[in-house]
Amino acid sequence: MACMMSSMSTSDLLSSDWLTSEHSTGTSIMAVEFNGGVVIGADSRTSTGAYVANRVTDKLTKITNHIYCCRSGSAADTQAIADIVNYHLEFHEVQLGEAPLVKTAASVFQELCYNYRDQLTAGIICAGWDRRHGGQVYNIPLGGMCVRQPFAIGGSGSTYVFGFVDSNFKQGMNQDECVQFVLKTLALAMSRDGSSGGVVRLGIITEDGIERRTVLGNELPRFYEG
Amino acid sequence: MASTKVVNIPKGGFSFENCQRNNFMANQGFPAPKAVKTGTTIAGFIFKDGVILGADTRATEGNIVADKNCFKLHYMAPNIYCAGAGTAADLEMTTLQMSSQLELHRLNTGRQIKVATANRLLKQMLFRYQGHIGAALVLGGIDSSGPHVCCIYPHGSTDSLPFVAMGSGSLAAMAFLESGWKPDMELAEAKVLMRNAICGGIFNDLMSGSHVDLCIITREKAEMIRPFEVANVKGERQGSYRYPHGCTATLSTRVIPIEIESTVVRPVAEESMDTA
Repeated sequence: MACMMSSMSTSDLLSSDWLTSEHSTGTSIMAVEFNGGVVIGADSRTSTGAYVANRVTDKLTKITNHIYCCRSGSAADTQAIADIVNYHLEFHEVQLGEAPLVKTAASVFQELCYNYRDQLTAGIICAGWDRRHGGQVYNIPLGGMCVRQPFAIGGSGSTYVFGFVDSNFKQGMNQDECVQFVLKTLALAMSRDGSSGGVVRLGIITEDGIERRTVLGNELPRFYEG
Repeated sequence: MASTKVVNIPKGGFSFENCQRNNFMANQGFPAPKAVKTGTTIAGFIFKDGVILGADTRATEGNIVADKNCFKLHYMAPNIYCAGAGTAADLEMTTLQMSSQLELHRLNTGRQIKVATANRLLKQMLFRYQGHIGAALVLGGIDSSGPHVCCIYPHGSTDSLPFVAMGSGSLAAMAFLESGWKPDMELAEAKVLMRNAICGGIFNDLMSGSHVDLCIITREKAEMIRPFEVANVKGERQGSYRYPHGCTATLSTRVIPIEIESTVVRPVAEESMDTA
């Protein structure tokens, strides 16, 4: 039997998808509000085509001490948007003389994501705590809509867990229950979605600020693995 | 008297004059020359005393090696250097512009430049050009908050990590870094690991090759080692086509002198200046 060696033409090399693809945060992100704050969570994988460019990404980006955003979509677009919103909110905080509202941050996100909707690929969940309304979660998906929800999921991995979250969400969960809810959801999403993986980064935002946790791959809740 | 020729001030923006001609030529079988790309393997990581950056030295133009010993480690500030992969022209211009902006910033603030500043300036510029500037960079340096290494992608996203690799040979380099990197490495170990990572790219990626350049940045100084290792030596030609004097025998000799018949000297008059 003749031995066939597959020849790799240079055009293959020059057009490998990880050389030419844009950097995207494949992603599974989530945020849940509870009485007294919010729990936010994200996976840690940034993919360029089929190559994992960064396996320990931090997708929970600070906007103010009490407001964070979860980024999904194009890494460049979301980093740029988050930087701009951060700038606006810092300025606003100085002008106001007190901590800004989560709704304000969400509105600034919405303004950018809606007005530049054709040029951007950004799905953002803006969540935090403020003195007036407590814990809030605002979901700002691709087109630039902004809607407040008790919990929100986003990113490519979210499609696999809509059923799980819809059946397992309960009103009036406390902080620990929310943390478990987020962990289980993200673990399920990460196990099914190729563009999500790595570790789970959690943030618990309350009146006292943010408490950050990292849950490593082997510490995540385990489900059916075949 | 002033010239009557009208000075042609070029209008801003892209000139489409040659597009039709270029299309015609491409259809006739003369495609436009490809931009020189630094195919490349670049990597950077943090070690005990600072940051180490490494790069190969091959620049390619399509399938041809355009430059066997090009320099991919660019100076940004005395404490910050940048390795670049992508389109050679874009990299050169971007890093030159950035380094001058950083110098102005340093004069403005009176302080040593932070790596985060360079990172932010670069990402904002690249994002503004929406990825059309083909510059993928590994930025490394040491400032008052410690050593930092960031990778910056052409679309404007950045990742700050303990070790990074970019370019077409990045997968090979990353394989070495993932298995060999540990926190607080000594300088000697770090050099060996970086050399291995870049050589991984040089020998396994067609678009990377030639030699290994290193740049070691510590609190005291930034040291450029070029080349750190000559990984690919040009082969010695074994035979010679030179014939030594006297190996061909002379059979006969005839000398024919050239006779000078006459010599004429003619001075060249100076041309009068035309001031019309």
